[in-house]
Parts: sequence; structure tokens; C-alpha cells
Amino acid sequence: MEAFTVYTGRAVPLRRSNVDTDQIIPAVWLKQVSRTGFDKGLFSAWREDPSFVLNQPQYADAGILVAGPDFGTGSSREHAVWALQQYGFRVVIAPRFGDIFRNNSTKMGLLPVVLPAETVAALQDQAERDPAAEITVDLERREVRGGAVTASFEIDDYTRWRLLEGLDDIGLTLRYADDIAAFEAERPSYKPVTTV
Amino acid sequence: MGRTLADKVYDAHVVRRAEGEPDLLYIDLHLVHEVTSPQAFDGLRLAGRPVRRPDLTIATEDHNVPTTDLLKPIADPVSRTQVETLRKNCAEFGIRLHPMGDAGQGIVHVIGPQLGLTQPGMTVVCGDSHTSTHGAFGALAHGIGTSEVEHVLATQTLPQVKPEMMAVTVNGSLPAGVTAKDLILAIIAEIGTGGGQGHIIEYRGQAIRELSMEGRMTVCNMSIEAGARAGMIAPDETTFAYLKGRPNAPQGADWDAAVEYWTSLRTDDDAVFDKEIVIDAATLTPFVTWGTNPGQGLPLAASVPDPAAIEDPTERQAAERALEYMGLTAGTPLRDVAVDTVFVGSCTNGRIEDLRAVADVLRGRRVAGGVRMLVVPGSMEVKAQAEREGLHEVVSAAGAEWREAGCSMCLAMNPDKLTPGERSASTSNRNFEGRQGPGGRTHLVSPAVAAATAVTGRLAAPADL
Repeated sequence: MEAFTVYTGRAVPLRRSNVDTDQIIPAVWLKQVSRTGFDKGLFSAWREDPSFVLNQPQYADAGILVAGPDFGTGSSREHAVWALQQYGFRVVIAPRFGDIFRNNSTKMGLLPVVLPAETVAALQDQAERDPAAEITVDLERREVRGGAVTASFEIDDYTRWRLLEGLDDIGLTLRYADDIAAFEAERPSYKPVTTV
Repeated sequence: MGRTLADKVYDAHVVRRAEGEPDLLYIDLHLVHEVTSPQAFDGLRLAGRPVRRPDLTIATEDHNVPTTDLLKPIADPVSRTQVETLRKNCAEFGIRLHPMGDAGQGIVHVIGPQLGLTQPGMTVVCGDSHTSTHGAFGALAHGIGTSEVEHVLATQTLPQVKPEMMAVTVNGSLPAGVTAKDLILAIIAEIGTGGGQGHIIEYRGQAIRELSMEGRMTVCNMSIEAGARAGMIAPDETTFAYLKGRPNAPQGADWDAAVEYWTSLRTDDDAVFDKEIVIDAATLTPFVTWGTNPGQGLPLAASVPDPAAIEDPTERQAAERALEYMGLTAGTPLRDVAVDTVFVGSCTNGRIEDLRAVADVLRGRRVAGGVRMLVVPGSMEVKAQAEREGLHEVVSAAGAEWREAGCSMCLAMNPDKLTPGERSASTSNRNFEGRQGPGGRTHLVSPAVAAATAVTGRLAAPADL
């Protein structure tokens, strides 16, 4: 996983609620067996509309997406995270996220930042007024700073540490292989196996 | 203090607990399909890691599979590659696979329960958000992303932070003609698509107790549409009767030991939920969605809502956008909305009772002119059972198409799609923009409403016929 400490960059205001993962990356893009090439599928239905915010040149190269509540609801497809990252986003800011999307993001190093709806709206206003304005997202200090906005956000210590260090979860878990084996030895015999 | 059902199942699977770290939770059953697994298997190969417990893992082909011409190769080369990749991965890592054409093939959330692999008190995961379906058995079941799929393959565990607990209590009995699907659509409309966020929902109360296992699966399936991590229902005699004798259910002394444990899996009387809502079943009627998220639903008897009457600006804007996408005008009675396609199937409503409900409405009737109706069984075994009961003949005689098993038009990864602007009544779980094909418009409904709608060509309940 790519480590995340501090990111400073432009922001794209996406003034929509319930941006589900089917919008972030439509199902047709999920047929790939590789991990790359998903940037082309990001919001592909919406990008057909020339007025869609990502098509506006002033928001090219922005690394922060500022969206409405319930971003990333729906399907568990991690492809949604890959698409956002491969397009160039490092951070998504929203008042509320779908649980699985948020979890997938933290596994990949895309930082989901929850801020109150008013703060999110203020950041969107600012990005619309001045698309060149930069926002800093500081994971070390758990803080978002941009223009008139300075807001702290919550993230649990463990997830923050993993992101700051860019750690691989599987490697972390395999340190406890003995605990897993001990647990397995105690499992009741009535638990099913899939082998026929 | 007492514990909830979810607390009990969660606590029984903690491998390791340490201050300041997530719990390490053991996973009893890992379900795998072709869409969310290829990159996970690649990751294992790159790191030189084996699958820790192939014997707790099972795979099926469901999302991409065509529902016609099963014996021919998949026409779409990208879909074909994905399915072939799953076959190679399962062979390489020693995982049981039910491929296309196999009698055991079907939607991942239909085959787990069908085999008796999904049992009370288990932890079940799958790279699919509708894994919440398995909570109907009193299992703790949730969807995961591909990184976590790889993690479970490698370690048979997941780092987890215990979610909060939410009770949805449904008092009284569902009126005649009101189904599990109507109930869950009404619950989601009540609490919203984020209403269960960060929570495990336990469905309780008389109306839940009175549901069949299949009805319970329909309810738990859509927990994710309310934003919840998982949905659960305490196991009872209905659960045990469903499981007894299934291929992977315990037998003999193991059965007795299992039932004794399963019987303990209920929320203690003094347990406290972090959040609770109460619903009176008697007030419910057939329910349909009008918008582009599953929370945008209303009773069939209602009219398309007027966004101007919605106070919350975000909700209002969402409603305006939804009506534009759906091509609907505020104030139109929902019963006047004409559809082009009716889809019956999916992990929400692709089981035998769903097909029986559809056949009961279609028997002796015809699908309206100009309406296309697809009936897609959730598994090959559901299909075989339906055919033993003659349901396929009822469906075909009515002018609907009887198909092979798969996810099909629920998410349109296979050839079953809506065309732009086309409108469906669908027994699936998501009415997102483009979900059933680019530009397609989806109304979520129960199997009974789907069948009645096919007959009239407009959103309708069987009572309207």
C-alpha cells in the first residue's frame, strides 16, 4: 500500500449525494482481471456529459474529491478505489461514506475524510470560486486546511498508523499465525467444510 | 450486561485482541466468485502465499454467466477471460468450484444456504456486498473488497472493529399480499441508505419470526442498501428445519451439538442496542421504488413525490435528479408507470418461493403486449426444483422467458441488459443509475408485484388483477 502522510492539491467539488460504486465504476469495467486501467472507467457514464465537473479543465490534476453524503454506497467492488486512485485522487472528503468503500480505501492508501456537511459545503464553495485553490490534507495532524477552512477529522489510531507507514495488512496478520492455528485447533467439529 | 446475537457470534470468533488494534476475527466460510477474486489470487502468487484453508472456501461463476446457451463458450471475450481465470485459480489453489453448466452452479448467495454451508453462528465473507444475505441464519456475514479477499485467502481471518448494534423490530404480522421484499423496501425508505451505516442490524419481532428462511434471506440481503455492515436474524426452529438434511449440514451427534449451540444464539433480554427502530407490520402494503437509490421508495398506492415538498436541500436535489433520470413527473400515480421489462431473479429474489409467487400470479394469464419478462432462477438447483414443480411451463405459457441461473440483469454484466431509457420492474436490489444497463430505469419490486406488473404492463400488485 502507498503510504499517506500529507497531501496538498486542488479539489473537485462533486455536489451529489449517494454516489454509489456503480457510478464510480460501472459494472462493465469490472470484467478486467488486472489491477490497472480503471482510471478510464471512473464515473464513465457521467463523463459522457461535457458539463460534468471532471470534464472541466480547471479541475484537471486535482487530487481531492469533495462529495456529498453517502459516498461509495452499494457494491463492495474495490475497483471503485482503484479507479479513483488511478485517475489521480489521493483523498475523498464527504460527510458520510459507505462502510465497505471506506474500508477498501484504507486498505489501498486512498484517504477517506469525514467532515460535517457544512464544512464539506464550504470546501465545495471554495473549489468552485477558485478552482486553483489548494487544500492540504494532513493525516499526521488529522487536519484539513484550505482557504478559510481549518477542520480536524477523526480516524482511528491503528488505521492512521497503517496509512502513515503504508503497511501490508496480510504481513501484519501473518505475525499471528500461531494464534490462528491455536484458534483453529479449538473449532467445534460440527462446523462445515466445503470439500465434498 | 447482556449481549446481542451479533456480539455473541463476533466474540466467538476473536482470534486475537489487543489494546489499540482491531480484533483479528476468524472466518468460517469464504465464498468466491469471478469478479472480485482475480486480483486477490494474483496478489497471493506475487507474494508466494498459499490459500490457508481451501476447505473453508468455495467458488462459483455467477456475475458474468449468460442465461442462455450454456453449452457454448461465453461470447464476450472479456467475460470469458474472467471466468476462465477463476477456473485456473481454483485449480491452482485447490478450491472447490461450481462452474457454468454444473448442477451446483448458481449465485454465490443462493448456493451457500442451499448446500447447508451457511449455518447459525458462523462468520461468512465474500467479495460481494450482498453477503449480508447469510445473516438470515444468525451468521455474521458481510461483503469485503478484493484486498480483504486476498487477506482471507492467505490467513482465514480479518482485522475487524466491532460495529455498533441496531435493532429493527417489526411488530405484528404482515398483511396478506405483503412480502419480505415489501418489508425491507419500507425499512430502507424509513431509515435511508445511510441509516444503518457502521451498524449490524438485527431484525426482530413477530413479523420476522413469521417469515420463511427465504423471506429472511430477502430481508437480510438488502441490509447493505440501508448502509449496514450486516443484517442478522436469530436462528429458530424455522432455521433448523431448513438446514436439516442439507448436504453440508451437520449430521448425527454433530447435529445435536450444533442445535444446542445454535439455540443459545439469541439476544439476551438485558442487552442494549445502540439504535433501535420499530415498525408496525400491519401498516405495510406493497412497496416500490421510484428513484435511483433503494431508499427512494413508496407504497404502490402512492404517487411520484414532488421534490419541491422535500425540506432537506440535499434530499431535494437528489430527488430532482432521480426524477429526471427516471423520466417521471411528480404527482403521477405509481400505478400509471408503464414498464418495458420485468426481471425476476437475483440473490434477493431468485429462490424457489420467489418463483412460486411469480407462477401463482402468471398461471392462466399472459404477459402484456410489448413487455419482455425474464425469469432467472438463482441457481441450477432452484431451476431444477422449479421445473419439477412445472413452474417453467407456467412462465413460458404466460409468454415470459425461462432462463438459466446467474446474476443476470441485476447488474447487467452478462448479455441481459436494459437499453437506454428502457424501464424495468425488477426483483433485484439496486435501482442505481445504469445498474441494469446504461440509461436503464429500474423500479425495485417484490416477485408478486413483478408478475402482476408484467401482466398489466404498469406497476401493479396481484390484488389489482
